[in-house]
Amino acid sequence: MSFDIALWLVQDGVTNGAIYALLALAMLLVFAVTRVIFVPQGEFISYAALSLALLQAGRLPGVVYVLVGGGLVAAALDIALALREKAPARLPRIVALYVLVPCVMAALAWWAAPRSVGLPLQVLIVLGLVVPLGPILYRVAYQPLASASVLVLFIISMAAHYALTGLGLVFFGGEGLRSEAFSDARFKLAVLDITAQSLWVVGASFVLMFALRLFFEKTFYGKALRATAVNRIGARLVGIPAELSGSLSFLLAAFIGAVSGILISPITTIYYDTGFLIGLKGFVGAIVGGMGSYPLAVAGSIGIGLLEAFSSFWASAFKETIVFTIIIPVLLWRSLRSRHIEDEEE
Amino acid sequence: MKHRLFTALALAGSMAAGSAYAEITIGVSLGSTGPGASLGIHYKNAYQLMPKTLGGEPVKYIIIDDASDPTNAAKNARKLVSEDKVDALMGSNGVPSAIQMAQVAAEAKTPMMVLTPAILSPAVAHWSFIVPQTTELMMGAIAEQMKAKGIKTVGYIGFSDTWGDLVLKATEFHAQAAGYKVVTNERYARADTSVTGQVLKIIAANPDAVIVGGSGTGGALPHVALVEKGYKKPIYHNHGTVNAEFIKVGGKAVEGAVAVTGPLIVPEELAANFPTKAMSLDFTRRYEASFGAGSRNGFAGYAYDGYLLLNAAVPEALKKAKPGTPEFREALRGALENVKNLVGTHGVYNMSAANHNGLDERARVPVQVQNGTWKLMK
Repeated sequence: MSFDIALWLVQDGVTNGAIYALLALAMLLVFAVTRVIFVPQGEFISYAALSLALLQAGRLPGVVYVLVGGGLVAAALDIALALREKAPARLPRIVALYVLVPCVMAALAWWAAPRSVGLPLQVLIVLGLVVPLGPILYRVAYQPLASASVLVLFIISMAAHYALTGLGLVFFGGEGLRSEAFSDARFKLAVLDITAQSLWVVGASFVLMFALRLFFEKTFYGKALRATAVNRIGARLVGIPAELSGSLSFLLAAFIGAVSGILISPITTIYYDTGFLIGLKGFVGAIVGGMGSYPLAVAGSIGIGLLEAFSSFWASAFKETIVFTIIIPVLLWRSLRSRHIEDEEE
Repeated sequence: MKHRLFTALALAGSMAAGSAYAEITIGVSLGSTGPGASLGIHYKNAYQLMPKTLGGEPVKYIIIDDASDPTNAAKNARKLVSEDKVDALMGSNGVPSAIQMAQVAAEAKTPMMVLTPAILSPAVAHWSFIVPQTTELMMGAIAEQMKAKGIKTVGYIGFSDTWGDLVLKATEFHAQAAGYKVVTNERYARADTSVTGQVLKIIAANPDAVIVGGSGTGGALPHVALVEKGYKKPIYHNHGTVNAEFIKVGGKAVEGAVAVTGPLIVPEELAANFPTKAMSLDFTRRYEASFGAGSRNGFAGYAYDGYLLLNAAVPEALKKAKPGTPEFREALRGALENVKNLVGTHGVYNMSAANHNGLDERARVPVQVQNGTWKLMK
């Protein structure tokens, strides 16, 4: 292998690794706060990427139906709870959050679809369509069983994953889509021919990571999430509602997923079920990083990206095998080194 | 009110009477969800265009989804033969799924229309009829194209699944006769976000041409990556790739891509004396009328040709036995073997005991992406 090829592969690996790193962060965040292994993370990628491609093609993305329908279910659950607890004062807020927001976003998408409104607005609309799905998913699927064991929560995740993939097939169809590149520019750097899109991916990922760090260190809600991650009961005792932190972490996870989807949709063809595999690699990255430390998860994910790039050069038929097999030695090593912690401390 | 009740009763009565007649039951398993859904949906659509009769008798198609999973396909096939006592099986859109179904069909002594170019063991093949062109037949057209251009070395990149294996095997099958050598065997998955590694390896080997063994939009990823990395020589595709979505996804990068396909993709451009012109044109028009302009594809045609073959064989079988009996299934198998000169949407079928596919060179046409659409190569 020549030096140029190695450089190319590094560039490719870092671009993909940056996406995996974002997803690994979202996985870690959700796991630390809610103990949910967030399998449906990948669906947000597919939903966002396909919605963007459809908007660019002048069609209304089917995700609006998922959004409005899911919002109605979430609202119905919350309204029933409010009425049972005789707290009608909560009703306006519930309706505003779960009915009004989705309907407004759907209307906006419906308005924007036939017009070419430009990329920035299209990206904002896609975020507005996909991000609210996070809290809605939490409300409908997870909140009723939020205190269940990790295993039960994991099974809910699998169910949510299958349900969302199925809805994706219904609303997006089986064929893949690819959106237009943010810019066609290319930069020459020694032997490398770097596309602006890959710079976008890496740049946006690192900006987002930095923003997340600021959010957790400086803001009130960020600190509340960190407190919940450190000690769930303690956080509840000092008055941080479990529903709020759950909902907030899902909102962030959905946001990260949607951003990843928007970033990669011009690089590759996205299918309704592509997101799962990308999310899974983010999960592998998080595991390589020990499923506890954010910087290690980022390093682990970049490592996965590089491993993938090099194995696709040397042994492309075994690429996935190599990437997923890496979990076994990592887990072995970690379980030998760290003492076993009971996850059911409550 | 009373009148309406009477009508309903009469209707129910006539339906009950109808089922007492010889109704033919066809069991179909398709992967209309799961990884193969993009193809499975087209196959499933074709059943909406089929008439309500088969060989003049009323027919019932039982279509079940196998989620593109071979184990499910086998389960579906078992359920269809044991519970529904189907007279014939049809399916599925993945090669591994179809092989599993054919196995069950052979055990249950039920004729089966295999809707993918699967390769079956002789014992299983006795009961199965392969509707699509073999990959060898199709890639033969690509080999001819390459021979005409004097291509000596070929880089291969295909799916890391059975389809990737089949296209590679067919490419190597013609290598000696057409005078080329396959120099790389790279693999990728439909859901991959990047094929940079594989493409770099091909460019390093610098072959005279590249053959892509993908299907549908999945074929676009390596093509676009090759063009982006500055590969300027011809890139060839197989018949699984030919649809409008491929061009939509590939954009300008796939302009000039050459592929082989069944005649029903370009029926308007076929010569007036092309044997399948009328049939291909009629099917493509009806399909696009129902499922939108530009929705034409080869996959729906396979399901429809499966129907046409059964339609031709059923009258013969009915002379010997009644539907729903083992004798009818045996007679249907025999009649299918004797179908001669049947014009389908993909080609002309001439079945025999030794050849359960029966297609020839008339079932393939070379096509090229020109100005954003697939055009027949003259």
